[in-house]
Amino acid sequence: MDHLKIIEALKTKYGVTPTRLTSLLADELQVGVQQADFKKACLALHKLLHSPVMAMFAVDERPEHNSYAVKCVFLGIEYRKWFIVSMDIPADKPSFDSIAREIYSANRFEREIWEMFGLEPLDNPDNRRLRLHEEVWPAGSFPLRKDFQPGQTEGAKGEYRFIRVEGEGIFEVPVGPVHAGIIGPGHFRFSAAGEPIINLDIRLGFTHRGVEKILEGKTPAAALSLTECVSGDSAFAHSAAFCRAVEKLSGLALSDRAHYLRAIYLELERLYNHLSGIGGIALDVGFSFPAAYAASLKEAVQTLNEKLTGSRFLKGVNTLGGVTRDLDPDQIERLAAALKTILADFNELKKLLFSSVSFMDRVDTTGVLRKNIAADFGVLGLVGRASGIAFDLRKNSFPAYKAAGFRMMTRKEGDVLARLNVRLDEFAESVRLITELAAKLPAGDICSTGGKTNPGSALGYIEGWRGPVLYWVKLDAAGKIERCKIVDPSFHNWPGLADAVLDNIIPDFPVCNKSFDLSYSGNDL
Amino acid sequence: MSTLDNILKLRLLKGIETKPIVVPDYLAAFEAAGLELKDAIKRSFKRSLHIREVDTGSCGACESEIIAATNPLYDIQRFGISFVASPRHADALLVTGPVSKNMRLALQKTYDAVPAPKFVITLGNCALDGGLFKGSYYTEGGVGKVLPVALHIPGCPPTPLEIVKQLLVFIKQL
Repeated sequence: MDHLKIIEALKTKYGVTPTRLTSLLADELQVGVQQADFKKACLALHKLLHSPVMAMFAVDERPEHNSYAVKCVFLGIEYRKWFIVSMDIPADKPSFDSIAREIYSANRFEREIWEMFGLEPLDNPDNRRLRLHEEVWPAGSFPLRKDFQPGQTEGAKGEYRFIRVEGEGIFEVPVGPVHAGIIGPGHFRFSAAGEPIINLDIRLGFTHRGVEKILEGKTPAAALSLTECVSGDSAFAHSAAFCRAVEKLSGLALSDRAHYLRAIYLELERLYNHLSGIGGIALDVGFSFPAAYAASLKEAVQTLNEKLTGSRFLKGVNTLGGVTRDLDPDQIERLAAALKTILADFNELKKLLFSSVSFMDRVDTTGVLRKNIAADFGVLGLVGRASGIAFDLRKNSFPAYKAAGFRMMTRKEGDVLARLNVRLDEFAESVRLITELAAKLPAGDICSTGGKTNPGSALGYIEGWRGPVLYWVKLDAAGKIERCKIVDPSFHNWPGLADAVLDNIIPDFPVCNKSFDLSYSGNDL
Repeated sequence: MSTLDNILKLRLLKGIETKPIVVPDYLAAFEAAGLELKDAIKRSFKRSLHIREVDTGSCGACESEIIAATNPLYDIQRFGISFVASPRHADALLVTGPVSKNMRLALQKTYDAVPAPKFVITLGNCALDGGLFKGSYYTEGGVGKVLPVALHIPGCPPTPLEIVKQLLVFIKQL
């Protein structure tokens, strides 16, 4: 019960006495605090656990309690506990003290709470909207409030304030939302003096579809297919994180076989996306032969996915309680054989990249994201690991990975090459993991049934190929979704890109962007 | 010896390294449809069809499949279809996503920038009527609410084979 030390320190060192301390689920600790203590509690946990804000969100509880709840999630990785700090905000005073000046990783979450719930983070340094663009959405209309009516969209509209850099010889380059390639929409506003970028303001939200609102009122089974379309290239990771949340709530224990199969499919998703990213980096510096090579390898993995599961994107594989697709010995044999060929080709690809001096020159020391900045921004996942942040949920949380002897891949340099190297290393490691897990696949059912959906809330999490995917799900008494907060790693990592490109030249922006490989739709929801 | 001599010597010694394309069996249907598509494009557009892609809020899976159609195995370019960087160079728009409110203006502007004659193709279930995002406060409920649509390619997402098949049916009857 190590984590109780943290609570003890919270009381004695920081003077915060929790009003409620509940731990209904083994890996979650709910820390209820007074509104006045919230900031202190968050700062203390941030410091004690060395954790960025993993998620921060509001819940409209006015129908029951005449108040809103705001929750801030930290991860105590060594205690295997998620600390969820929670406060109530009275409905008639919809504001709270911002923590973003002290914990920068809370900034974008607070802005999200402000635009979606109308709860003002007082003294937040940046109150611009993220998703509900001023040009098309009036002030004072908050879609995630329970009493929001879809028709409430009339009213005064405004304009977005880009960060302006002024001075002699400084010019702005606006790019997007429609880009030259076949890619998602986003707006990038560069300020440059000569070639080097001196500021980049990234405006996103162009693919906002209101996912969290649509999920409300649905049964978990009906919501599953929607979670696969939050970020199409992470269909499996997103649906798995959602399933885990609901499984925790309904006390559905997965069989070992289901755990192993989920890990195998998750790694297959990582494989095709890493190939896409590796090829993309080559393409964005104009090195088209390896890019084409990587594209055909990606096709080979997606074809393999289709043969094994019926879907090139592993859609429809996750289900509440496990998976829908089993692997028989024959399939396992074919999987192992296919991976062997793919790995041999992959090693060729690696050789191609590393033997080109001009390619190495373009990626080495380009787009550096330093470790301390990455930590301040709360950058996670493969981008974080390339900057020396040794964090991977697979390391601590999942029994199947432990059995297969999972090895975390990190680099220190934080440049495009480091991110490429992490992906190259992870690719080889994923192939090894899949082969190992498939060989050791335990017997058992692939899907547990039974369990009853209890009202309450739970956090589902998984390390997708980009980084940790979080789903916080609250079910009502009828077993329907009352609130679902989704955090894709892209949401943490976009600010990191804006910093990494500074002092680089604008023509290197595409390769920097590709090396981060962030999702537009996962960020915009 | 200069660098150029070195490169030439290396080339002569090693030859040009490349990799033969092994076309898997499952691509037979794609090949057949593609070759027919090539003829149809030649007839209707004299030479080739240039397409500008616009994402209005898709999850990215549709984009992934469009890109896959251009990979060395499918290589849709050889049938006379190319994806261009500017709407000014396009004959048609290929639109994905349910049209987020934030993308409505950008979509309209992109369409206006395409020189006439032009047409719009939608791809993926969201683009038809909003798909899974139907009824959301922030989507327009499909591309048809904003622009005239000539062809819809269904799927979530449609595979490269389905993309080529649907294009074939449509262009044949032009």
